[in-house]
Amino acid sequence: MAQVVLQDVVKNYGALPVVHAINLDIAHGEFVVLVGPSGCGKSTTLRMIAGLEEISGGRVRIGDRVVNDLPPRDRNISMVFQNYALYPHMTVRENLGFSLYIAKRPKAEIERAVDQAAEILSLTPLLDRKPGQLSGGQRQRVAMGRAIVRHPDVFLFDEPLSNLDAKLRTQMRVEIKRLHQKVGTTIIYVTHDQIEAMTLADRIVIMRDGHIVQIGTPLEVFERPVNAFVATFIGSPPMNLLPATVRSGGLRLADGTVIPLPPGLTAREGQAVQFGVRADNIMPEGHSMPPTAHMALVEMPVTLTEPLGTETLLFATLAGTEVQAKMLNPRPVRTGEVLRFGIALDKCHLFDADTGASLRV
Amino acid sequence: MDVRRQHRLRRRLLTAAHFIGLFLAMSIICLPGLWVVLNSFRPTVEIMAKPPVWIPTELNLDHYRAMFGGIGEGGVPVLTYFWNSLVISLTSTVIALLVGMAGGYAFARYRIPGKSAIFVGLMVTRAVPGVALSLPLFILYGRLGIIDTHFGMILVYVALNVPFTIWLIDGFFRQVPKELAEAAEIDGCTRWQAFWKVEFPVARAGIASAGIFAFLTSWNEYALASQLTRSLNSKTMPVGLMDFTSQFTLNWGGMCALAVLMILPALVLTFLVQKHLIAGLTFGGVKG
Repeated sequence: MAQVVLQDVVKNYGALPVVHAINLDIAHGEFVVLVGPSGCGKSTTLRMIAGLEEISGGRVRIGDRVVNDLPPRDRNISMVFQNYALYPHMTVRENLGFSLYIAKRPKAEIERAVDQAAEILSLTPLLDRKPGQLSGGQRQRVAMGRAIVRHPDVFLFDEPLSNLDAKLRTQMRVEIKRLHQKVGTTIIYVTHDQIEAMTLADRIVIMRDGHIVQIGTPLEVFERPVNAFVATFIGSPPMNLLPATVRSGGLRLADGTVIPLPPGLTAREGQAVQFGVRADNIMPEGHSMPPTAHMALVEMPVTLTEPLGTETLLFATLAGTEVQAKMLNPRPVRTGEVLRFGIALDKCHLFDADTGASLRV
Repeated sequence: MDVRRQHRLRRRLLTAAHFIGLFLAMSIICLPGLWVVLNSFRPTVEIMAKPPVWIPTELNLDHYRAMFGGIGEGGVPVLTYFWNSLVISLTSTVIALLVGMAGGYAFARYRIPGKSAIFVGLMVTRAVPGVALSLPLFILYGRLGIIDTHFGMILVYVALNVPFTIWLIDGFFRQVPKELAEAAEIDGCTRWQAFWKVEFPVARAGIASAGIFAFLTSWNEYALASQLTRSLNSKTMPVGLMDFTSQFTLNWGGMCALAVLMILPALVLTFLVQKHLIAGLTFGGVKG
């Protein structure tokens, strides 16, 4: 087990930079998730830590060693691949024991380690099968078993759940978290799915275009996004963003509607901004709107409803922009029905219209 | 009810037609082979008979006995030819496979400038008919003094087979996901170990089939061998077949007997390696 430190790590493909001097400190035993849209450099970063990709600049440390020039086998890491990469010509038992066999450990020790890993992941009845005879979820577990058998310093996961169906994905997510609780090893996990990031991570690293945009605990990045990109990327449904201008202490929306300026935000008079509010903070009147001192009331026509059981997602139009709102204890709503919505202003965000940077102090 | 019966009848007719078609096609493919085997076992009179005798009246081993007999009694140095064929075919196959594995792996895995041009260039060499090369080769070999040697024949067959083995093996390595080698490297393998412990076994079926093709090409090749071999030093079995022709006669029975001996090892080899040709070995390791 060890900490992982990235110092000004750069990756170029020829003249094309894909990762720009990123810095990241990962503590011993921490579960860190790298998340971002495809092409943001998260997988490349992971592969540089693994040693599968050359590091163009900067330093990567695992424990007390700089590993820049070490081949993968000397880094004492394990990796779970998106497509599992199980050895198809070996049984599950051989797959699990392969790393120890290569390390020329004694047979008895290999057997013990394999049995133990199989036990943890309930693979014992499958030990003599080949990967071709396993279901997707079982293959996924074998891939994880292969990673834990050798007690590495760091686990690397590269989008391990993206090939599973939705139900299995939720189930494996729980298993991965449980595995981390059990073995306590440092985990670096790459995904493009913000829900996986939120549910699994101790800390989330949000990446975009080869840069780290924000690092923080799931709640930090959810509640205090540093810019509009993070605000719309994290959270489901994505945060509503409405173009607005700051006018005499209020926000003037595109159609002239004026909303009081949310507290705790800094904005210049006349500044073009984006007003951000999550669906959870726009609620139709009379549906468990939490009482709050700062509240704005608007009337909006409902264009579409998505009943989810305990709540209904309402699509409505505000100042020409479609926004999503949540209705708790739902009642049926007709399309076109005009409802009065309350917006909880102290939960709102402002972002600069040009830079996207958050204007929260 | 009537419609159903009609339907069933039509299906039966179609099945029958299907089988008849298959039988005809198989006959066209198999009859010459069977005829060769049959002729090797029956007296020359029956072979030459017109109209042909379809059902043999007598089967014996005379042609085989004569073939292994002394010179002058219709005998040919079968064992020497067999040995020459075996040495030349096996050696050239092994070399072509090694070069093919190295080349195919490189093409499948590495970025090489001008890769597709090199690849197409290799394939183009297959477009040149071997016989067209026989005269330049003959002159070249004459100068080098390697006519009628095992070495010369092996060299020719390696050159003939390498483009094909590279092409075939490249295709098989392409099907092996590169994550397998990466996983192996993370599991503690060197690049070399990752190849031999993971990628090679997974692509083994493909490599075996490339091997069969290379072996059969060398084993059956006649045109070049007939030019570049002279004597017992290097004459291979296909060239040996010509020993049964003389100025005015053609010993069909003997020729067929030798042909049977030629077919047998190829058949046995294909049968043995077939086990490794089971497809689907690469599936399952990754999401299928």
